[in-house]
Amino acid sequence: MAGKESSSSSIPNTPLLKDELDIVIPTIRNLDFLEMWRPFFQPYHLIIVQDGDPSKTIKVPEGFDYELYNRNDINRILGPKSSCISFKDSACRCFGYMVSKKKYIYTIDDDCFVAKDPSGKEINALEQHIKNLLTPSTPYFFNTLYDPYREGADFVRGYPFSLREGAQTAVSHGLWLNIPDYDAPTQLVKPRERNTRYVDAILTIPKGTLFPMCGMNLAFDRELIGPAMYFGLMGDGQPIGRYDDMWAGWCTKVICDHLGLGVKTGLPYIWHSKASNPFVNLKKEYNGIFWQEELIPFFQSVVLSKDCSTVQKCYVELSKQVREKLGKIDPYFNKLADAMVTWIEAWDELNPSAKG
Amino acid sequence: MWQTPREQWDMSLKIEDNEVDIVIAALRSNLNTFLEEWRTFFSNFHLIIVKDPNLEEDLQIPPGFDHQVYTKSDMDRVLNGASINFSGHSCRYFGYLISRKKYIISIDDDCLPARDNSGVIVDAVAQHISNLQTPATPFFFNTLYDPYRQGADFVRGYPFSLRDGVECLLSSGLWLNIADYDAPTQIVKPHERNTRYVDAVMTVPLRAMMPFSGINIGFNREVLGPALVPGLRLVGEGKQRWETIEDIWSGMCAKVICDHLGCGVKSGLPYVWRGVGSDADNAMDSLKKEWEGVKLMEEIVPFFQSVKFPKTAVTAADCVIEISRMARENLSSLNPVYAQAADTMEAWVDLWKGD
Repeated sequence: MAGKESSSSSIPNTPLLKDELDIVIPTIRNLDFLEMWRPFFQPYHLIIVQDGDPSKTIKVPEGFDYELYNRNDINRILGPKSSCISFKDSACRCFGYMVSKKKYIYTIDDDCFVAKDPSGKEINALEQHIKNLLTPSTPYFFNTLYDPYREGADFVRGYPFSLREGAQTAVSHGLWLNIPDYDAPTQLVKPRERNTRYVDAILTIPKGTLFPMCGMNLAFDRELIGPAMYFGLMGDGQPIGRYDDMWAGWCTKVICDHLGLGVKTGLPYIWHSKASNPFVNLKKEYNGIFWQEELIPFFQSVVLSKDCSTVQKCYVELSKQVREKLGKIDPYFNKLADAMVTWIEAWDELNPSAKG
Repeated sequence: MWQTPREQWDMSLKIEDNEVDIVIAALRSNLNTFLEEWRTFFSNFHLIIVKDPNLEEDLQIPPGFDHQVYTKSDMDRVLNGASINFSGHSCRYFGYLISRKKYIISIDDDCLPARDNSGVIVDAVAQHISNLQTPATPFFFNTLYDPYRQGADFVRGYPFSLRDGVECLLSSGLWLNIADYDAPTQIVKPHERNTRYVDAVMTVPLRAMMPFSGINIGFNREVLGPALVPGLRLVGEGKQRWETIEDIWSGMCAKVICDHLGCGVKSGLPYVWRGVGSDADNAMDSLKKEWEGVKLMEEIVPFFQSVKFPKTAVTAADCVIEISRMARENLSSLNPVYAQAADTMEAWVDLWKGD
């Protein structure tokens, strides 16, 4: 109840934040999907990260303000440190987070379109993410009416008043109608399942609880948590794929929990149109399916020391623990630990005023 | 399409109607409207109707229900001198105790069936049963909420070893119209109504605490029964829901116990339609009483965050005794209600064991 408007007639409009937010889009095909998003995205600056063959020209629809980076640009800007950025995988999007100069990032896949809510109204996903990021989270005590800061809701009886100011929100994780984000085995068993259920809720994932973070429809406060959003080593030359956002999500959640920041999940929905090939996916995910059995207990038991007072310090500490505890699973994790350090070095080089 | 092993597991736990008692705390004598509105959904079940010992008038119950009424004299007989106060909303706990069934569903007598977003009337009883029948997933959050619901599943990145889930012992439902707010919130927002039907059930994760509302619940009495204890009574506790805290206390006991036993608690569907008038004047009076509850929560939360059970505590009853011991040790110096709660919890377990 603390800090809330008591009159429902004075709902503040959500600020556009057009000079404070970049939209990061990885692509290897084309950006036709932007046409549908135009009414919502046009005020914003786009950062396009072009994966794959840099000699290919990706056409950006007219009227958008953007910067585009292909592999040659990434190599030029980062030099040897470009080794931490994945190739032939949408994980390369995190390069966009690094070069951005804005406070907030929204990232979306190029096969995601505008969804409709149950009343048939088109959903402005970006506006909802902004609302989510600008209102507090409640990681310390679960509110059974979900987001207490939403219009028409509040904290329920029994919710301690001292916890009602909440914590700053670092991450807003949105969902998807139509093609759900299933792994390959589930896709193979249920190829025709579509997510048709619109769950009208946003909730904070409690402190100490991990979740599978999907990068398809994701927003975050880059100043609060940016350096933790490294999407790992995936794709070409790597033994794993489709675990980029998972990796970033587990690291991010552990660091958010440590620093007292909140992670929300739920609204907004986007419409996910393309089901990727489950057999291709299975090959990419194969190692991940086994490795995640070790990764989850690892992340569940991570302890970061009190000296880790910035995201960068937390992240470097995490990389040490990855090397120590996960290196024995597969040499990949030693490479990944190295890449995590390289990522932070590159981040700090490109963002000198925000050094950890 | 062959069934996944998970689907086979789901089907192996099937709750029969005769394994369930529906417990109704009668705080008002006229139950005609309440029971008629719920008739379709209650008709296959045995009802335990517990009359608030402070209620003087005879209960009015429409015909055709398989039911048993319990009154103060039954409580006195069973209590046999033990000091447990079953008045007001706490009378339902007598129903939980006296039942012989494996599962209990309990709904406040001022709640009626709700309608979902398509206008269909919600069978809250069936939804609680479904929640208790399907596994809970407390160790890792599924972003598509309940993976066992039709049309949903575990998402990419959810570890396979955790997909069997664990038994759900407690199902906590929600309320449309008058939400379960505390007195201060009622006063600030006397006209707010909860109109948002959130079509989800989810497991409340391990170690996450929640404010458990006793208004609309289902639980596994066999395993969890002793944990739902009418331990904490506010001084001058009255009949308004925002003057009570017994369910908040018992819910926190139940959650830490479920966490310890490796079982799950779900929250979300079903909704009921709660029709009590939220008179702001009443809320003002209640504020004096409930403010005590609001202050107590500030002590209660850190207490439950610190509760740890020894390995020897393997049943809910063992755990309740541990909590009462810890409450007596750590909290009784703060407020006499806690020593009373500890006494009540011990007496409760004795009654439970003696049954």
